Amino acid sequence: MSDAQNPEPRGLIGRFLAASPDSVGKTLVVAVALCLFASMVVSAAAVSLRPVQEANKLRDKQLNVLQVAGVYEPGMNVAEAFAAFQPKVLDLGTGEFTDQFDATTFDDIAAASDPELSVALDNDPAGIGRKAKYRVIYLLRSPDGALDKVIVPVHGYGLWSTLYGFIALEKNGNDIFGLQFYQHGETPGLGAEVDNPRWKALWSGKKLRDETGEVQITVAKSQPAAGPDYYVDALAGATLTSVGVDNLVRFWVGEEGYGPFLTRLQAGEI
Amino acid sequence: MAQTRKELLVDPLVDNNPITLQVLGICSALAVTSSLQVAFVMALAVTFVTSFSSFFISILRNQIPGSIRIIVQMVIIASLVILVDQLLKAYAFEISKTLSVFVGLIITNCIVMGRAEAFAMKNPPMASFIDGIGNGLGYGLILLLVGFIRELFGAGSLFGITVLPTVNNGGWYVPNGMLLLPPSAFFIIGLIIWAFRTWKPGQVEDREYKIQQAEAH
Repeated sequence: MSDAQNPEPRGLIGRFLAASPDSVGKTLVVAVALCLFASMVVSAAAVSLRPVQEANKLRDKQLNVLQVAGVYEPGMNVAEAFAAFQPKVLDLGTGEFTDQFDATTFDDIAAASDPELSVALDNDPAGIGRKAKYRVIYLLRSPDGALDKVIVPVHGYGLWSTLYGFIALEKNGNDIFGLQFYQHGETPGLGAEVDNPRWKALWSGKKLRDETGEVQITVAKSQPAAGPDYYVDALAGATLTSVGVDNLVRFWVGEEGYGPFLTRLQAGEI
Repeated sequence: MAQTRKELLVDPLVDNNPITLQVLGICSALAVTSSLQVAFVMALAVTFVTSFSSFFISILRNQIPGSIRIIVQMVIIASLVILVDQLLKAYAFEISKTLSVFVGLIITNCIVMGRAEAFAMKNPPMASFIDGIGNGLGYGLILLLVGFIRELFGAGSLFGITVLPTVNNGGWYVPNGMLLLPPSAFFIIGLIIWAFRTWKPGQVEDREYKIQQAEAH
């Protein structure tokens, strides 16, 4: 501020501070300076915190893979335990692994919006719009090197949101070991009961396809003709979320999804 | 200064509560109160943003041109909100996943803007800062009250710890599903406002109109 003894403020800054805030020049200067300063603060924060955020996302994904495979114990080192899992990029069309991409860094969710790497779906029960041609799956081998479990990512639309999760399959490619969603925005207490351990436990031991290769697994209010092995009881009070989960699981284990891969897995070709 | 610093801090808790008296910030109070943990983090985030935005706006108050003052306030508030969002994503990942878009929506929370415009533009930085903390806490108080009722009776738990074992988990308590849906927060906030105004009748607003007494001529 200008000194009271000195009616003529000196210097650029002194004159600037003494100028009326409502003059055009000052309005412009304040606007530009503030925007510059704010953008620097915001971008500095975004850039400097990026590595920590990426590490969090990765850890969260790894944690969910561990949980769905049933090997997670509280307090364990996630990154170390995750080393037992072998990530593989799967070509959904052929059901074979591909070395085109690095499995540790390939982002199959981002690939779903890349026209080169994805296809638009005409028949889209899971409500995902586009499907990546490649997905990252995880193979869990037992200490002697034999295949133990296969963890495949799934996603689809529920009531409010897209649910992202994993299905853990036994090595025979048909028995479900577990299912878990790691990201969704369903109603707490109703649709969000997909996270309820008691409900998730219902999936264990269910079968995906019958002897003819037809997808039979379903989330429904009452038992279907195929029998209890293919049936998971729907969530009470969350009909639309249950329908969404039913659709997305059936879509991803069907021919459009992991069908070709599961057929090879069942035949013992992996 | 008309109010002491203690008054600035304590007044917004009950006597001048941003939600119950000023009826601001209702929208986010509906969205983030279905569980206590989320409500708690949201209250902290709003307190942080309100206090620091008031502080910075108050520092600049004599230099902010009147014609763009709302935009200047918004730029400061928005920058702080992005900062909070980035920090949550980096250091409280689980919670940032549940809060999702609502952190970003602090920008639109009327309390932040309201305090900037009504208080920080006319008062020195420290007083504005304390006023911001007070209003953030007043907002947080109601958020926690609503969250307490909704989580306890809607999900049978508090801070995620089971208090009333629900039927879904093999217990006896049949949760009230409506309490988990946003409209229930309307009823609860309405009841809290009613309770506050019954306790302190001075908060009751004057009627906007009065019925004229008819006089016989």
